[in-house]
Amino acid sequence: MPFGNTHNNFKLNYSVEDEFPDLTKHNNHMAKVLTKEMYAKLRDKQTPTGFTVDDVIQTGVDNPGHPFIMTVGCVAGDEESYEVFKDLLDPVISDRHGGYKATDKHKTDLNFENLKGGDDLDPNYVLSSRVRTGRSIKGYALPPHNSRGERRAVEKLSVEALNSLDGEFKGKYYPLMSMTDAEQEQLIADHFLFDKPVSPLLLGAGMARDWPDARGIWHNENKTFLVWVNEEDHLRVISMQKGGNMKEVFKRFCVGLQRIEEIFKKHNHGFMWNEHLGFILTCPSNLGTGLRGGVHVKLTKLSTHAKFEEILNRLRLQKRGTGGVDTASVGGVFDISNADRIGSSEVDQVQCVVDGVKLMVEMEKKLEKGESIDSMIPAQK
Amino acid sequence: MPFGNSHNQLKMKFSSEQEYPDLSKHNNHMAKVLTPALYEKLRSKQTPSGFTLDDVIQTGVDNPGHPFIMTVGCVAGDEETYEVFKELLDPIIQDRHGGYKPTDKHKTDLNPSNLKGGDDLDANYVLSSRVRTGRSICGFCLPPHCSRGERRAVEKLSVEALGALTGDLKGKYYALKNMTEAEQQQLIDDHFLFDKPVSPLLLASGMARDWPDARGIWHNDNKTFLVWVNEEDHLRVISMQKGGNMKEVFNRFCTGLTKIEELFKNKGHAFMWNEHLGYVLTCPSNLGTGLRAGVHVKLPNLSKYRQFEEILKRLRLQKRGTGGVDTAAVGGVFDISNADRLGFSEVELVQMVVDGVKLLIVMEKRLEKGQAIEDLMPAQK
Repeated sequence: MPFGNTHNNFKLNYSVEDEFPDLTKHNNHMAKVLTKEMYAKLRDKQTPTGFTVDDVIQTGVDNPGHPFIMTVGCVAGDEESYEVFKDLLDPVISDRHGGYKATDKHKTDLNFENLKGGDDLDPNYVLSSRVRTGRSIKGYALPPHNSRGERRAVEKLSVEALNSLDGEFKGKYYPLMSMTDAEQEQLIADHFLFDKPVSPLLLGAGMARDWPDARGIWHNENKTFLVWVNEEDHLRVISMQKGGNMKEVFKRFCVGLQRIEEIFKKHNHGFMWNEHLGFILTCPSNLGTGLRGGVHVKLTKLSTHAKFEEILNRLRLQKRGTGGVDTASVGGVFDISNADRIGSSEVDQVQCVVDGVKLMVEMEKKLEKGESIDSMIPAQK
Repeated sequence: MPFGNSHNQLKMKFSSEQEYPDLSKHNNHMAKVLTPALYEKLRSKQTPSGFTLDDVIQTGVDNPGHPFIMTVGCVAGDEETYEVFKELLDPIIQDRHGGYKPTDKHKTDLNPSNLKGGDDLDANYVLSSRVRTGRSICGFCLPPHCSRGERRAVEKLSVEALGALTGDLKGKYYALKNMTEAEQQQLIDDHFLFDKPVSPLLLASGMARDWPDARGIWHNDNKTFLVWVNEEDHLRVISMQKGGNMKEVFNRFCTGLTKIEELFKNKGHAFMWNEHLGYVLTCPSNLGTGLRAGVHVKLPNLSKYRQFEEILKRLRLQKRGTGGVDTAAVGGVFDISNADRLGFSEVELVQMVVDGVKLLIVMEKRLEKGQAIEDLMPAQK
């Protein structure tokens, strides 16, 4: 958690050597990239809001490594973090996002009509479909660093914007602070609600301060379009429904998102975005589209196949448990989603999911019949 | 955890009202004392090392209340915190320490020959005896706020000072970073070792940053005198042994502590102390003597007696589970220790434990025989 450590006026009295974190047992992107020389260069800098390199890296120092996932180990505190600390963050981004260069440009495509197919994933296997992204609101520090006043301002602005939505998007805001236990349980059971983070990766970044002040969930009456306010990002926008009609989910996602963006722009608080990094979010892993499009899918046989990981890798997909990041799968049901965030558009990424899941369901069916799937192993996308 | 929140340059643009934490559901000393007016007055201040009001209170904002214990809800980041934020901390100290006034003077007495008795607590009931205190080293920020460089400097200084101890105090330092799992488990089982905190109260104050860097335990060859380096305080000094000879434990405690203090002074780093607050420690609850003297004692009958809490209160004692603070009692064995820290000397506090535990055992024995204990009820000390 970005701490007093980070604005401690005495630390510059100590040498770089004395202050440099011990990363010998660490395995995360930050630890791979940060050197003493880099730390020496960056340690006396801060963004206009006062975010320092120690703030950026604290979560990575406190969390040496995840047993199964290569974690990022650093966060942004504001839009300018990605500029002021580019010497550290550009290599981290490159490493994390498949070689994305400091000079690369990112493509945004939220035109749902460009998605081919995706309306016919087999619901006997695909239990639910979901697309989420994040958005940051210009002019405010991000969740690791914002003050209570800023967080509340983000909430107020968001609620105003969301309450002006209509039609299938008409909905209501539920602040965490005044939610009843029953409402909360229902929303968690529906996979709608977020709760105070328990992951040390998230806690270590400082985003849980002052919980549950100014946090809440907005959703439409159908519960197919949801917005989380002030969790890991200012906004998380989610479209979801039971079954395998990813096309419908993505359409609602794109339409809703664009309506929200218009309203925020009218209030003079556009979303943080630039042509290099796309949408700016708290975690460098979510830059670009910030999009995770995925399904809960039964892959009891395929998940135990020797080449499961390799198949996912080639399809540019990743697996998670059904509780979300850092959870285990239950009953052979996996959360399968796109692995990429930057360097490909929203449409590209959802297309990967649609095509990839379709293939994996076919593989699962073959394995059920005791047939081989060797001929179906895909090439690297 | 004192966060970016606390040195966020944008927060001063928001009004005091917009930044004031929501404490409506809170029950800790900080929440009882802090008001919007006080917040407004103090919000722009910082100590020389850069510790702010938001740093002081973050743990109390993030932890609304402990089900059984009235928590403090604030911490100091350096010696000056108690001065710069006295308008908040003096009332908290007063509330926590039985009416101790800002003008009161604290008495230090580390002369073990002033303790009467204490060498004969019944070993059939008293399983172990222990006295601990904390010490802060002048010139360095405290654990919520210190940088890695500062923390390492405290470690280096401590290891040098402790390395000069001789006789039955001669010992060795075990850095947490290099300890084997076997060594670590042994030390935990012996009730010697501290581990990375899990209590959200401690985590929220920022003291676990960079764990386990520069943390360690030093102990003498007999394992009866231990020093924790860089846990909740710079130093925690502990004297302990099996059985009920509290006199011997306290003797060793005083002798060892006095020697250590000399060694630090010789190195040009005295302990933080002043005549009003006594020894200055991270948590306002540990000011004064910073002393907790206690026993693990079997009280299966007395602990179920309806006036158990009242008896403890009158004896100025408190109970904890055998795992330390925030744990439960196991098998009817309780950790019984002095409730006070400030306004009484070390000798006085240990005397209360010795006299009080003696009485509790007498009561336990009576209850075992099915006899009444009303006549033994003590007056309020």
